[in-house]
Order: sequence, then structure tokens, then C-alpha cells
Amino acid sequence: MSQDVSIMRAQQFIAALPHSHALGMQVKDIAVGRAVIDMPYDLRFVGDPATGVLHGGAVSALMDTCGGAAVVSHPDAGISTATLDLRIDYMRPATPGQTIVAEATCYHMTRSIAFVRAVACDDDKSRPVATATGAFTVAGKAAP
Amino acid sequence: MKKKPEPVQVIKQRRDTALAQLVAGVPYMQFLGVQFDRRGDELTAILPYADMLIGNPMLPALHGGATAAFLEMTAIIELQWVSMWDAVEEGQTDQSQTAMPKTIDFTIDYLRPGLPRDAYARARINRSGRRYTSVHVEAWQDNRSRLFAQATGHFLMPPRNG
Repeated sequence: MSQDVSIMRAQQFIAALPHSHALGMQVKDIAVGRAVIDMPYDLRFVGDPATGVLHGGAVSALMDTCGGAAVVSHPDAGISTATLDLRIDYMRPATPGQTIVAEATCYHMTRSIAFVRAVACDDDKSRPVATATGAFTVAGKAAP
Repeated sequence: MKKKPEPVQVIKQRRDTALAQLVAGVPYMQFLGVQFDRRGDELTAILPYADMLIGNPMLPALHGGATAAFLEMTAIIELQWVSMWDAVEEGQTDQSQTAMPKTIDFTIDYLRPGLPRDAYARARINRSGRRYTSVHVEAWQDNRSRLFAQATGHFLMPPRNG
């Protein structure tokens, strides 16, 4: 399967998630156990009107979606996943007006759990806005 | 001499106005449709069900990101509400200048899938220092004792005047 086709498939998967769709998320890249998803700046997602900085919750939603996408892109994951826990560290406020890009990696997988790390950046790639670590469920394989 | 107590309606209206201002000022809360119910100083956050909150359309279940945002909002509003309470009781309703706490980290436990119905949450401040606070949030749907998510977060508080 070519890279374009897998990005397209992943994009269809994300587009089928109403909440991710409502937040304008787009798949930028997808590989085995890895996903890159962006979320353009939107005034409706602002958390602090005095500064125009995005709400942490919007960044959480992006991290969660991207983590889930990294899990389902793994060949052992099954077709669906759910978040068990997610920890987000906020390094700095996202710069108003800039798109947030999250990259998630599923760095270890057991028969029941997928372990994920994610980083979110705005235009300044050298200073992440937030990082996340999470555990996701692995869908049970159907009996042969 | 002790002042005569204010009429209950005056007090309620002042508290509700201050709370409404706090909530109306945050675009993302309006986007998700989050509301607050107040009983005295106790707040309950409400996330009315909407189709756009769904993450898994097959179950269907609420998106983990929507749940995370809802819990974080509940924690932040609780922190702001507690820090402005005294001022509101003294008669100030304009809270538009209230600086916001900054989230340092936020950890969400997803205990069961969020069902396609309204969700509720309450926050408890477990530690409140001059700069750092630790807040725990519990969220449920139909049954108060069956949480569908809980979270703990640390927040950096804005410097206080005076």
C-alpha cells in the first residue's frame, strides 16, 4: 500500500470521528505505529480570550486523537482502540494564530495495551507546546 | 453594628452573574456547550450531549478529547470560582479581569466509555498553595457513584494583587 493511500485511509478514519472532524483535524502523515495530525488555529477553540491562546482541552483532544491513530496504524492493534489514560504536560502556551501539529508514536504494544508518546508543536518546532504519554486498549483478536 | 443580611435574591443574582461571566468569557467552553449548576459555592459542570462530541461512532462513545477538555474546564473554573468567591461576597460582580490559572499537567483516567448522554463533573482542590495547586475532578453520567472518568491536574496560579 502506497503512503498516499494509507494517509487517505487514516484521513477517512479521522473524518469518521465526529469530534475530531469538528475540531478540523487533518492527518499529515501515517506509518506503522506513528501518526502526525494537525489542527488549524480557530477562534472557537480559545481558552483565554485575553491572550487568544488555545484551550488546553483542544490540545488534549488533538493528542488523544493522534495517539489513537498511532495505535490503529500498528498492524497488531485491531480496528479500534480506546484511551485508558492520558497525561499531558503543557510546556508553554501555543502561539495564537498558528496550527498545532501533533506527532504520536506507539512505542510498545502488548496483547492488551498500547503505550504511546506524543509531542505537539506550533510553528516553532524547537520548543514543544505540550507532550503526552498514554495507554490505549488493544482490540481483542477474533477467534480463528 | 452588624449589617442587615442582604435579600437572598440579591446574593443569588450576584453569584450567578459572576459565574456566568466566567463561563461566557471562554470560547472553547461555548463551543463544547459546557454549563455550570451552582448550589451555594458548590459547582457542577454539565456537558450536554451533542453529536459532535462522539469519538467512536460505532459504539457510540464520547471522544476522549472531549472528556479531557470537559474535566480540565471544570478544574479551571473551580479554581477561578474559589479565588473570586470573597470578592463576589463583598459585592463585586465584574470578574472580567480575573487572570486564568495555567495548566502545568493534566492526567485523565478513562474508567468506562462515555455514553451518548449528558455528563457531569465536580472538581475538588486538594492542595492550594500560593503558586501551585493540585485539583482532582470526577465525572459521571447517569449514576453519581459510577464515574466514567477522573483526572488530576496541577495548575500555576496567577499572581495575586496586594
